[in-house]
Amino acid sequence: MSRRTMLKGTMGAAALAALAACGSGSTSTSTGGATAGSKASGVVTFGSNQSDAVPKAAYAAFVKAYEAQSGGVTIQTNTVDHNTFQENINNYLQGSPDDVFTWFAGYRMRFFAEQGLAGDISDVWKNVTGMSDGFKAASTGTDGKQYFIPFDTYPWAVFYRPSVFKAKGYTVPKTMDDFYTLSAQIKKDGMVPLAFADKDGWPAMGTFDQLNLRLNGYDFHISLMAGKESWTDQKVKNVFDAWRKLLEVSQPDSLGRTWQEAAQSLQKNEAATYVLGMFVGQQFSAGADREDLDFFTFPEMDSTIGTDAIEAPIDGFMMSKKPKNEAGAKDFLTYLSTAAAQEVYVKSDPTVIAANSKADTSGYTALQKKAVEFIGNAKHISQFMDRDTRPDFASTVMIPAIQTFIGNPKDVDGLVNSIESQKKSIFAS
Amino acid sequence: MVAIPSIVVVGLIWLPALSSVVLSFTRWNGIGNLSAHDFVGLTNYRNIATNYPPFWPAMTHNLIWLLVMFFVATPAGMFLAVLLDKEIRGTRVYQMALYMPVVLSLALIGFIWQLIFSQQNGLLNAVTGSTIDWFGDQRYNLWAALVATSWRQVGYIMLLYLAGLKAVDHSLREAAAIDGCTESKAFFRVIFPVMRPINVIILVVTFIESLRAFDLVWIINRGRNGLELIATLVTQNVVGEASRIGFGSALATVMLLISSGFIVIYLRVVMKGDR
Repeated sequence: MSRRTMLKGTMGAAALAALAACGSGSTSTSTGGATAGSKASGVVTFGSNQSDAVPKAAYAAFVKAYEAQSGGVTIQTNTVDHNTFQENINNYLQGSPDDVFTWFAGYRMRFFAEQGLAGDISDVWKNVTGMSDGFKAASTGTDGKQYFIPFDTYPWAVFYRPSVFKAKGYTVPKTMDDFYTLSAQIKKDGMVPLAFADKDGWPAMGTFDQLNLRLNGYDFHISLMAGKESWTDQKVKNVFDAWRKLLEVSQPDSLGRTWQEAAQSLQKNEAATYVLGMFVGQQFSAGADREDLDFFTFPEMDSTIGTDAIEAPIDGFMMSKKPKNEAGAKDFLTYLSTAAAQEVYVKSDPTVIAANSKADTSGYTALQKKAVEFIGNAKHISQFMDRDTRPDFASTVMIPAIQTFIGNPKDVDGLVNSIESQKKSIFAS
Repeated sequence: MVAIPSIVVVGLIWLPALSSVVLSFTRWNGIGNLSAHDFVGLTNYRNIATNYPPFWPAMTHNLIWLLVMFFVATPAGMFLAVLLDKEIRGTRVYQMALYMPVVLSLALIGFIWQLIFSQQNGLLNAVTGSTIDWFGDQRYNLWAALVATSWRQVGYIMLLYLAGLKAVDHSLREAAAIDGCTESKAFFRVIFPVMRPINVIILVVTFIESLRAFDLVWIINRGRNGLELIATLVTQNVVGEASRIGFGSALATVMLLISSGFIVIYLRVVMKGDR
């Protein structure tokens, strides 16, 4: 390394640290706490699944910012392709995992904690500030200890183009009846009321979650996902019946369409609305195009249940079971929980928001600001079907089951019977 | 002398195959060590047969796959090889064009067929004016995938067969011609029987390729929604977060049993002929 590049690197890091420092008022709590007595130092390995250029650069930016103020801890980032990382997680965690790695909150985190593959970071949480109780609960394993640091989150909702709604004189529907009235009008105007895609197998899970949350409420939904309720319950059949009705206003041939293509039909104004996560914005180009994107909560279906439960998956970090540098890893995780670290990241990806409530929102886009408010006002937050239930059940039972339903929405009884008997065999083990 | 090949065969083929059979009687999730209480007997097999909706469609699809390869793609490849063997003008160009699909990477093949079969922007729908969702509609996607696979299989078989044809002694053809055989008669009565070793290889290749058919449907939609094949079900259960190692192994064992059936038949035919 030449002196010049070295100099450049240090300057860059210093500049970023300075930036991060002016970003918010919470930096004072950022480091050092986790390790109390002994000062952390040495190398911490960091397994990242952010293989795309933009998030990868953002990760590099907060790692630099951390190193600039860590007082000796350096981070060695190992980036793995996103899908490969997810598919190999079992082998990865049983082999020689990195000290700190990217993962998801909810059941998916608890599963690995229960198998003894994750490190207890309850003492890190003692120094965490600015995280809501809901986020702490989502980071807690079945044994009551914390295993996860929330980093960023994004809501699932009904996305639409305000310019289209304004031009056509549509109003945001509050109830499902409103939505169907609106759909009839949208159809008359020559657009698809609701974009829909399920080629990848998972996006339609989000629609099921929304319908179940609205019809049966949060507690039933979580309990159903945990395998405690019967899928043959009339309540579940009601969800599929409601979905069949919704399919009538949804984009047809969804099993051959990726979510990106469905998002583009919203972007091109061929469809008026789309139920998806806020990452739908990735299919819109930055600037005016993306600014013309807004969302509303999935309409109310039962006034006694209301709309106070929403879905907002949380991404974040965990520590491996036996980190080579535990003090350093905990120090790094403490930093990752701060608003300063998260601000660096969310600037690069305007379709997510920081998990820490102290994060400075002045640089947020209108959509991000709305997401903060939306998540802040929610009473209950679910993760997502494949994060709220066993991964084997979600991928080998629910994906084929939902695709079967979309292909043939009439045989609900046969479908729920089949799901229930497969659920019993999977949850028994 | 036999030791090294034996070690390789036992170590790399029989041990993994047998451990997969053993695992098929467990509910192991791939984490930690196997313990006695993980053994669940035939539960996995019972679940596969009665409690796993994708299984029987997958069996049917594999069978259809085999039949199409056997009766359409392979004969087509052989036919093209015979044509190209005739020293027609530009034979190299045709050979190259037909063999091209075999050397292309799968990602590229998936992309090429996406360009043709895509519902909104695809060539096929643009030309015919239809609005069929070729890869998404369960009624059509298996056949669309079979067309794409045959495209590759034809070139592969053609090359194998062409190599065999080149090796046939030229005097045989001349003798047949002098005896007054028509061209088709000469082929079926003289050339085809002489090519027996190649024919057997092609038969085996066709069976094996149909049973382990996987990559193309995996690229199209991960082997779901009308494109289930045994190999994709194994992968869905074993690879990734699902980690139903025991269940996936049971599926793999089913596949092993079916292929063993073909191997036994094949060995009997070969040995009978050699005696």
